[in-house]
Amino acid sequence: MTVIKETFSEGSSLLHRTDPRLKLVSAFLLACVTAVLTTIPGALSSLIGALCLLFLSGLLLLQVLKRLLLVNAFIGMMWLFLPFTTPGNPLFSQFGLILTREGIELALLVTLKSNAILLFMITLISTTPTVTLGQALDALHVPEKLNFLLLISYRYLEVIFQEYNRLAIAARVRGFVPGTSPRTYRTYGYLLAMVLVNSFDRAQRVYQAMLLRGFQGRFYALHEFHISFTDWVIAVFMITLAILIFLADKLLPVFYTA
Amino acid sequence: MTNNAPLLILEDISFSYPGSRQPVLNSLDFRLGGNQRVGLIGPNGQGKTTFLHVCLGLLPLQSGRVLFKGTQIRTKHDLRQLRRNIGLVFQNPEDQLFCPTVLEDVAFGPLNLGFTPAQARERAAEVLDVVGLSGFEKRITHKLSGGEKKLLSLATILAMQPRALLLDEPTAGLDPDTREKVIRIIKNLNLGLLIVSHDWDFLYQTTAELKTLEQGKLINRDRNVLHQHVHYHPSGHVPHEHETGRQAVVGGR
Repeated sequence: MTVIKETFSEGSSLLHRTDPRLKLVSAFLLACVTAVLTTIPGALSSLIGALCLLFLSGLLLLQVLKRLLLVNAFIGMMWLFLPFTTPGNPLFSQFGLILTREGIELALLVTLKSNAILLFMITLISTTPTVTLGQALDALHVPEKLNFLLLISYRYLEVIFQEYNRLAIAARVRGFVPGTSPRTYRTYGYLLAMVLVNSFDRAQRVYQAMLLRGFQGRFYALHEFHISFTDWVIAVFMITLAILIFLADKLLPVFYTA
Repeated sequence: MTNNAPLLILEDISFSYPGSRQPVLNSLDFRLGGNQRVGLIGPNGQGKTTFLHVCLGLLPLQSGRVLFKGTQIRTKHDLRQLRRNIGLVFQNPEDQLFCPTVLEDVAFGPLNLGFTPAQARERAAEVLDVVGLSGFEKRITHKLSGGEKKLLSLATILAMQPRALLLDEPTAGLDPDTREKVIRIIKNLNLGLLIVSHDWDFLYQTTAELKTLEQGKLINRDRNVLHQHVHYHPSGHVPHEHETGRQAVVGGR
């Protein structure tokens, strides 16, 4: 029973073996470039680039689609509103609702861009175990307090979840059946409050344990990364990809509208 | 051994929790030598853990003083020296292991003491070998079994190369195999020991002296009594004495 499943980080593909610092920087770069795209051809080329990375990552397509589906459920909501609320050339109107070409284009743009960014994150970030991610962030000089928050959350989410489960089971074995009643809400209130109190106590004990081991407010990195030749090749590939996506956004629409 | 001068001396220590009339520790005296092995036994809620925490300054002193190698602990620097030399292993390893990987957790202490990453790795490998967790370096801490976590939390403290160890219920919740392992490891340590436990047999195997904490004071107990009576009977968990052939030994300092 684990809360954090890191199935995507298990693998031995090219992207799994790439230096995690490089992957972090690439993901940031590609996500930024994609976020500022304004045209459909640009967004489409970004998505194609992301699909290339997906191919390189060797992740199972079905599992990735499952994850994308979750987010696309939210994007689906936008398709309900954007095409009708964006002003522009009407394509179709019925019951007082006007469907515009601009609206559809906007919804499509959002869909393509979100999926491309998600794929970049899945292929570049999810293929790194959280622990390594922390080490990479540290090597990239991300503020250590932020990094510490990430790693401690990762470490203790599991413990807190188990604590909650134990209490929930304790309630169940004494015949508690959740329903829609003030008593149910109160019970859940007690449960969560206990988890909170326990977590606070635990935080104090952990801090004491850290003090006993000479903690003086500074964390020291243990991990050292080494950039290989393949990493350099991948770095060049990522930068080229980012430039191509950017150019596609600027140049392709000329043919598209013509 | 020449290091039999007391490492840790507690003089006239008192401590009570706010809102409680009964002091947990009541002008208590204690000393621990560099190769002294002391067991501390007694019912829950008698302040055994509080005592350990007061020893290392995790709880503020309300009266009395703590001396490390004859020097009174006054400043933060003294406290760091004390904690570096006297290790405390918590009852619950979850409280002690907070790094994502085994290696990072063991290396945390040495790195804080100013070791280079390479030295810290070396030290980590040594202590992991001592507790039988060689090859666990890259494992994720929270995915270890309860027994492995216990052994690891011991390793993280040993990595500081302490002169003495304070252990809080080291066998609580362990399976017989891991318990045996812990006994073997502790027996092989050449350190001062203060072990708090309910496990009579464990204390018999690992320590040479026995004390109980009663009404805020430490009382020496005759260890032979413990030796002859590893057994079960009603209320066996309450500290008690048995007829030993001679007069029943009660207290006795």
